[in-house]
Amino acid sequence: MTSLWPRIEPLLAGVEKPARYIGMERGSRVPVHRPGSVSWLLVYPDTYEIGLPNQGLQILYEILNERDDAVAERSYAPWLDLAAALRQHAVPLFSVDTHRAAGDFDIVAFNLSAELVYTNLLECLDLAGIPIRGDQRGDEDPVVVAGGHSTFNPEPMADFVDAFVIGDGEEPVGEMTECIGSWRRSGRPGGRTGMLRALAAVPGVYVPSMYDVEFDGPALRSVTPRFADVPAVVDKRTVADLADWPYPKEQLVPLIEVVHDRLNVELFRGCTRGCRFCQAGMITRPVRERPAEQVRAMVANGLARTGYDEVALTSLSSADFSGIDGLVSGLVNDQIGCGNVGVSLPSLRVDAFTVGIASEIQKVRRTGLTFAPEGGSWRLRQVINKLITEEDLYAAVEGAYSQGWRRVKLYFLVGLPTEMDEDTLGIAELARNVVKIGKQYTKQASATVSVGGFVPKAHTPFQWFGQNGTQELHRKINLLRDDLRKTAAQVRWHDPKATFAEGIASRGDRRIGAVIERVWRAGGTFQEWSEHFQLGRWLDAMAAEGLDPDWFVTRHRTEDEILPWDHIAAGLHRDFLWQDWQSSLQAHGLPDCRWTPCYDCGVCTDYALEHVVASSVPPAGGSQGTGQDLTLGGAVPVSLGPTRVEIS
Amino acid sequence: MRVHFTKQGKVRFISHRDVARAFERSFRIEQLPLSFTLGFSPRPKVSFGLALSVGHESDAEYLDVELAEDIPIEPLVSSLSEALPEGLDVVSVVALADRAPALQEAVTAVEWTIELVPESDAPLTSEAVPAGTPDEKTDGVTQRIDALMSAPTLVLERVRKGRTGTEDIRPALRRMTVLGPTETGTLIGVELATRPTSVRPAELVAALGHEFREGRVRRTRQWIERGGERLDPLTADPRIALEARAS
Repeated sequence: MTSLWPRIEPLLAGVEKPARYIGMERGSRVPVHRPGSVSWLLVYPDTYEIGLPNQGLQILYEILNERDDAVAERSYAPWLDLAAALRQHAVPLFSVDTHRAAGDFDIVAFNLSAELVYTNLLECLDLAGIPIRGDQRGDEDPVVVAGGHSTFNPEPMADFVDAFVIGDGEEPVGEMTECIGSWRRSGRPGGRTGMLRALAAVPGVYVPSMYDVEFDGPALRSVTPRFADVPAVVDKRTVADLADWPYPKEQLVPLIEVVHDRLNVELFRGCTRGCRFCQAGMITRPVRERPAEQVRAMVANGLARTGYDEVALTSLSSADFSGIDGLVSGLVNDQIGCGNVGVSLPSLRVDAFTVGIASEIQKVRRTGLTFAPEGGSWRLRQVINKLITEEDLYAAVEGAYSQGWRRVKLYFLVGLPTEMDEDTLGIAELARNVVKIGKQYTKQASATVSVGGFVPKAHTPFQWFGQNGTQELHRKINLLRDDLRKTAAQVRWHDPKATFAEGIASRGDRRIGAVIERVWRAGGTFQEWSEHFQLGRWLDAMAAEGLDPDWFVTRHRTEDEILPWDHIAAGLHRDFLWQDWQSSLQAHGLPDCRWTPCYDCGVCTDYALEHVVASSVPPAGGSQGTGQDLTLGGAVPVSLGPTRVEIS
Repeated sequence: MRVHFTKQGKVRFISHRDVARAFERSFRIEQLPLSFTLGFSPRPKVSFGLALSVGHESDAEYLDVELAEDIPIEPLVSSLSEALPEGLDVVSVVALADRAPALQEAVTAVEWTIELVPESDAPLTSEAVPAGTPDEKTDGVTQRIDALMSAPTLVLERVRKGRTGTEDIRPALRRMTVLGPTETGTLIGVELATRPTSVRPAELVAALGHEFREGRVRRTRQWIERGGERLDPLTADPRIALEARAS
């Protein structure tokens, strides 16, 4: 139980950014591990700079350390140089708080917020000396837990993770602590299996080893609980009222620069805009706003404590917060600390109202402003239910350029359902018009068009859609690049090969575990880092397992097909999702249910939840659900077309 | 005001820039009345002295910060230390003359202690004590130092602005002595001038020969030499108290 620091310290002289591994952030804890306490190691399986700011991990770190029966420390994936040094000198993965060996913790819990980090989870376990597969672990090994958005399809990671936490983690981590504590106090009945079975009874906890999975040829036939006390369907957990959870109270202040290096205060959780491609919006319903007074207090206390000079008000669509304009101008005018505090609003809606707020908070440094229309034509935006009209976009952009911004960044997806080349070329048309508007105000006006390949995700209306293959995505990206050549619009795009691998992991079933293990064994860690990604590793692994990549990625699913995540519930009725998928193909929009009658997606009714929204009227300028005619659509004959069978 | 601080322990692994950011945050935590630069993006008026490499410790780091109003500065020694990460500690603060020369320009000499560790594949751990008596260990180092100090020139290849050139660093080597053995190697004391060219400890270790690598490195003093005097940066440019000037 001693600190590994004397063995780690000499290795740090030879690695890049050694301060990733020293801890000591303001707000960090040096917990005392008492014999009776349940110890958690919370691991973000990516670099320190990406993992440290993660709010979910920080919230659980505080909640667990506040308990008398638990302690929590943190760890992050060591970069390749330190991973090699740890192996060479037989030093295990360690916590950054007290440099304790990962294997000495009772629970090693991972945050899985994206699929391409999956191989890093295996790497961390292996570095910790913990068997990577659950069925190889013994009574002395820690329980391996995972939470985060990606666990809404846990199956690809089912071989490696003992217990998944589905949904908000604030409550289940306490219940799991109590469950393991009481199992230990009563003499560890049933050994490791007994404990896992007890965990399976905690609401929101999915223990994959308690289920039998059967296949019928390539198709999934059934996922069946092995015992009567194991739930057939695991429902997500939801914190009903954010006001009860004012965390993090002591946000960590890193010693080195990290992403989102500022105070972060969560405005609300959940989003009901209903964008059909957006997994986050679907699985985090309903909307739960934090009271504005609590937001103000968290900002003031946070700035005073951390010494940060910037605060981000975070959510999935921050301009939707009730009374956002009043909140923002209040914060800007409050002279907190030494003054000169910046406020930023990530995830802004596309309209002039939003630009008004942005100009209020960015009184200086007006360099770039980002909008995400996602689709290149109004028809396609109705298909995806991102109901931004061209007028909304142009008004927003005109507002931005006229108020001093010089660069506008536009986010789009390609490979969306029903997408045709005219939709793709519509992106170019929008970009050209945006630049044209900008040139009226400044000669330096430019626009950056960022294009990502669409990956259908579990628990969304697009979960049945066959993803575009790599060649098709390349073709569309090139179409766009050719059309925008010699303009002031710059095109940036995400590698379609990485999009394909993400597709394998996103909608895979249990058989994909062996693929992930092969990719990891072939050296495929840090897969979200383009310099370390090779699609070849994934395709070789699929071939070695006798699995057809197209069956998993580019194939359209049918209504009657059993999906690998059907035994995990986000509260959304399957027939609602199917109906929304059919509406999508008709290019029918759906209003935002915060301000229009309930269409019964299933979440509030099944879980006895309600939206927690301070204002019953939509924010000024919000286009969706404010008189928008949503019955239009279907102007283009819609068909999904044949599944494209191609990979590169 | 001028702040004298130390950097030791785990925090030695953060960069010079990280130290600067930690100080700026500590100033805001303590709500110091900072002066800001004018213009597009106002920054607090803080200037740091010579950079310290990642991994090196120091007893003698300095920074200057301009305050917008007079406040009692003595309490800042403890309050800033409290607001800073563990291992960054403020030793003392003094009010600085209005037109004091910038630290980067004013400091002309730096003293270091450098641990030389025999190069081997084994990692540096406290168990891995190399063979040989303490005297045998230090003898080799003494010979190396004597050779360097008695050489008229020491020409190094250096990359400046993307171009490789050669430079004689011998004029910067003022003093090198063996201080004694450590658990893992030999500790030497060094004084280096920063003009006309400065030398990094890593370059010095390399110049001493490939059988050594750098162990623990600590900056122990910085000096401002001016008009034949050798001054501590903290006391070199004091602000004359108003009452003293009046009398």
